[in-house]
Amino acid sequence: MPVVGEALIGRIFREESGRSVATLIRIFGDIDLAEDAVQEAFALALRTWPDEGLPPNPGGWITTTARNRAIDHLRRESRGRELLGQVVEPETPPGEEPGPVQDDRLRLIFTCCHPALSTEARIALTLRLLGGLTTAEVARAFLVAEPAMAKRLVRAKHKIIAAHIPYRVPDEAELPERLRPVLAVLYLTYNAGTDGPARDDLRREAIRLARAMSGLMPDEAEVAGLLALLLLTESRWSARFSRDGSIILLRDQDRSSWDRSLIEEGHAIVRACLRRNQPGPYQIQAAINAVHADADSFEVTDWHQILALYDQLLAMTPTPVVALNRAIALAEVEGPGAALDILDGLDLDEYHLFQAARADLLLRLGRHDEANQAYVRAAALAATDAERTFLTERLKAIQTAG
Amino acid sequence: MPRYLLSTHSAEGASREPMTEEQMQTAWAPIQALEAEMKSSGAWVFSARLHDPDTATVVRVSGNDVVTTDGPFVEAKEHLAGFYIIEAPDLDAALGWATRVTRLISSPIEVWPFVDTAGG
Repeated sequence: MPVVGEALIGRIFREESGRSVATLIRIFGDIDLAEDAVQEAFALALRTWPDEGLPPNPGGWITTTARNRAIDHLRRESRGRELLGQVVEPETPPGEEPGPVQDDRLRLIFTCCHPALSTEARIALTLRLLGGLTTAEVARAFLVAEPAMAKRLVRAKHKIIAAHIPYRVPDEAELPERLRPVLAVLYLTYNAGTDGPARDDLRREAIRLARAMSGLMPDEAEVAGLLALLLLTESRWSARFSRDGSIILLRDQDRSSWDRSLIEEGHAIVRACLRRNQPGPYQIQAAINAVHADADSFEVTDWHQILALYDQLLAMTPTPVVALNRAIALAEVEGPGAALDILDGLDLDEYHLFQAARADLLLRLGRHDEANQAYVRAAALAATDAERTFLTERLKAIQTAG
Repeated sequence: MPRYLLSTHSAEGASREPMTEEQMQTAWAPIQALEAEMKSSGAWVFSARLHDPDTATVVRVSGNDVVTTDGPFVEAKEHLAGFYIIEAPDLDAALGWATRVTRLISSPIEVWPFVDTAGG
């Protein structure tokens, strides 16, 4: 019998708790009750599994145990007995459930990411209820004190109840509109996990949820696109930082350390998206990353292809940040001068990556003094220590060279 | 069934050019049609438009005295201009009505849930 340790049970918790919480919310219509009952079921698992071994279906065991716990709780209070009376009746006759997909986790993610909630609340709820992160973990991930995060979660859950935010998958007419904030939450969660190697959990969680979503909504091309984007970005993760934690640029990365299995999975999804031909912003970004993953070096990258994809992306989402990224690709096709002309027209002075890109282009044009100033500005605006260190190093390098 | 307040606000001093009788009729007809639909579907509970805030009066108790003053109570740049009270199965249904109203009046709508009352 394999050793059933806390690490394994913790992993199972991450995998299964979202499904259990979602199922219990559907049965009991009470988020807090569902959360508490699932927590208790896992506490019981931690006590019993190491001696008795894993049950044949750990996820099912958790859901059933949590359900029984919740019923015990309800029996103990009079309001609960009333609620229980309603629960025993099947809510919807089988075969008559609305919506195209029937997974409880999907219902829950659409509730957590309802546009009536703030973006911060959407992310926090999703990680807490579907990702099984503790309030402390969610707080740490977003650099917020735990009591503040606890308050944010309580307020969000209160709004769900008070405003009767529905617990269901939106119908097909509403779906495109309602899917957007869901995908944004997963994308933001992944990005929050790229601030440094200490945030591995968030990236893994975002990928896990994106994978679950794409399994549950196979007809939504943008869901697949987001998953491919995350997988291809993640494939380069270990090459992005040196051993001392400093940033390594795409052009200098050791491409042999890119994760081939993630790249293959991402490529397969991008190819399927191309065949489907319903392009969207996530799919195009995934395709851009797929072109990078194809190249053996920065120099042999198909920059024409990348530029064409950025043209398409810019037409769809005409934001200054997309224009900046397109200009960086343009520099590889038409040279740094053409790219700098575009940067000069963008209103992104306060964005550190804009200043860093500008510095790089100026340097390539031999305008060292201006490059110097742009690096100073970029370092002052940098969002993380790793970025600040990286930019300061670049600055030192030109100063020594100049 | 949950109840919601759909409220619209006007900015002070932002009152538009006075409309002619005919313009008023044209603007009003689709709103009346929508209200008729709210009523026939059972969503409508009550609706009203309010006069300007300088017509409001505030009453407060100070010790044993009742003090009546010229209103409004809240000194704000924006003030309540009108509202609907509707019944809807959930927030999405309420937002659906709000979307249709806001399209017609071209001004934002605030959707507030009522505290559930027994039998309400």
